[in-house]
Amino acid sequence: MSAITVEREASMATPRTEPAGIPMTRLTSIELRKMFDTRSGFWLMASIGIAAVLATGAVILFAADSDITFNSFAAAIGVPMTIILPMIAILSVTGEWSQRSGLTTFTLVPHRGRVIGAKAISAVGVGVVSMVIAFTIGAVGNLLGAAVTGNDLVWDLSLANLFYIAVANVLGMLMGFMLGVLIRNSPGAIVGYFVYSFLVPTLSGLLAASQDWYHDVQGWFDFQFSSSQLFDGALTGQEWAHLGVSGLIWLIIPLTVGLVLVMRAEVK
Amino acid sequence: MITIESLTKRYGRFTAVDDVTFTASPGRVTGFLGPNGAGKSTTMRVMVGLTTPTSGEVRVSGRHYSDLPNPGLEVGVLLDASAQHAGRTGREILTIAQRTMGLPRRRVDEMLDRVSLSENEAGRRVRNYSLGMRQRLGIATALIGEPEVLILDEPANGLDPAGIRWMRDLLRSYADQGGTVLLSSHLLHEIEVIADDLVLIGNGRIVAQGTKAELLHAAGTVVRSASGKLLAQALEAGGISVTLSPDGSVRTTADPARVGQVALGAGIALTELKSADGAGLEEMFLELTAETQREGAAA
Repeated sequence: MSAITVEREASMATPRTEPAGIPMTRLTSIELRKMFDTRSGFWLMASIGIAAVLATGAVILFAADSDITFNSFAAAIGVPMTIILPMIAILSVTGEWSQRSGLTTFTLVPHRGRVIGAKAISAVGVGVVSMVIAFTIGAVGNLLGAAVTGNDLVWDLSLANLFYIAVANVLGMLMGFMLGVLIRNSPGAIVGYFVYSFLVPTLSGLLAASQDWYHDVQGWFDFQFSSSQLFDGALTGQEWAHLGVSGLIWLIIPLTVGLVLVMRAEVK
Repeated sequence: MITIESLTKRYGRFTAVDDVTFTASPGRVTGFLGPNGAGKSTTMRVMVGLTTPTSGEVRVSGRHYSDLPNPGLEVGVLLDASAQHAGRTGREILTIAQRTMGLPRRRVDEMLDRVSLSENEAGRRVRNYSLGMRQRLGIATALIGEPEVLILDEPANGLDPAGIRWMRDLLRSYADQGGTVLLSSHLLHEIEVIADDLVLIGNGRIVAQGTKAELLHAAGTVVRSASGKLLAQALEAGGISVTLSPDGSVRTTADPARVGQVALGAGIALTELKSADGAGLEEMFLELTAETQREGAAA
């Protein structure tokens, strides 16, 4: 054995200092980065701004002059948001399984709960920032609209209103996140989201229209119904209770089941 | 150092890994050999915490994998080079690993250089990578944290002959520097060239393990002379049991020195005398493979 080899062996044999753990801030920044670093991810993010600008333009072009108010802009921008934001949340989770990158992710960080937590924080962060951007674009639209039509500027949404709308959108986003965790497959979770947010509320609405007994309790069982109250401003105590109970049924419980499955499931 | 103790993994009534115990030691390349579906990948997934074992345990550098504070700095893992987000560039995938481990930025370029991925290739999306390029990227991800332990599942898959040679040299120098290398393969010859220790697994069970020298030594001798028949008779007379192959060569489990001695005593001129290097191992391996192969007769 040559002297060089001995020296090399010694270098690797020296006891290493215990490496520091991976802080949650780092994990979160990485998960955030992973939402932007593919073409599809980037354009999905960009579509938030693009959709907001298109919706704003549509309001200025097509709405009656009397409807050029901040509320109209916020409502028009809100529609694409309720679809794009949950998609972002879904794909941030399901990509690890559908694209199988979880094999590396969960090997570098062998604590799946922390990874999912970092994803949740980044998703909510993206949701909040998106809403701020959307409201800003809506406000600019309102200014432009008023200038174009010569109407008076109408700011018919308070800061509290904006807050509630943002909360409703983030809740919708968490719904997508939950489905991502529960189903762990991109197409499956996306289909699941449309069933959850369009089919179930429609059926629930039909039932409420035809059955009096259900009409009275709909708020407790229909999460879409109770969270949509947020768009109309401050909630009463009972409406908050509706939101809490229906959220427990449709969001918290399935999310818990999903998390337990994620912890146990084999990553292949 | 990787220690696997009485590891068992059952899926319902199917036992994928059955009471597997072995150690991969520092400074050595340990080859984990078995046909497809023998339990290699399941064992490796258990090692890094992706699969929970039914019973038994694995320790890496003396600890459970999930107790390592920053595993990438201690264990380099490549389980499946194709398991990457197809929409990310090679550089991006490496950057995510670099940032997760908290390493300086320049490590990304160093690693790309080390696995010979060009600037241009690193900027391409992984969906456009060949399997060989994915393997190189996977190796770069495994090595970026300068770990002491490497766990690689079929790393030579998809590499061209020059790539296989490169991989072999890389792992050899890694072990020579005191690192622990565990690599799996379903190709005996691929692993025979590089491994110091061998662990053979079939149907979830370990069927043979030891140093390569031991396992090859047990394989016996191949010997030839002008007349195979005469030679066989002479050796039998000398107390060595033999089998005469159709091609005229004589095989035996006795070691070459003794075979030569007996032949000399019988006055037979040998035309060839060599250790059967791996022939016995190959036999054993083919037997293992036979059950899972469609070409049962070929074994």
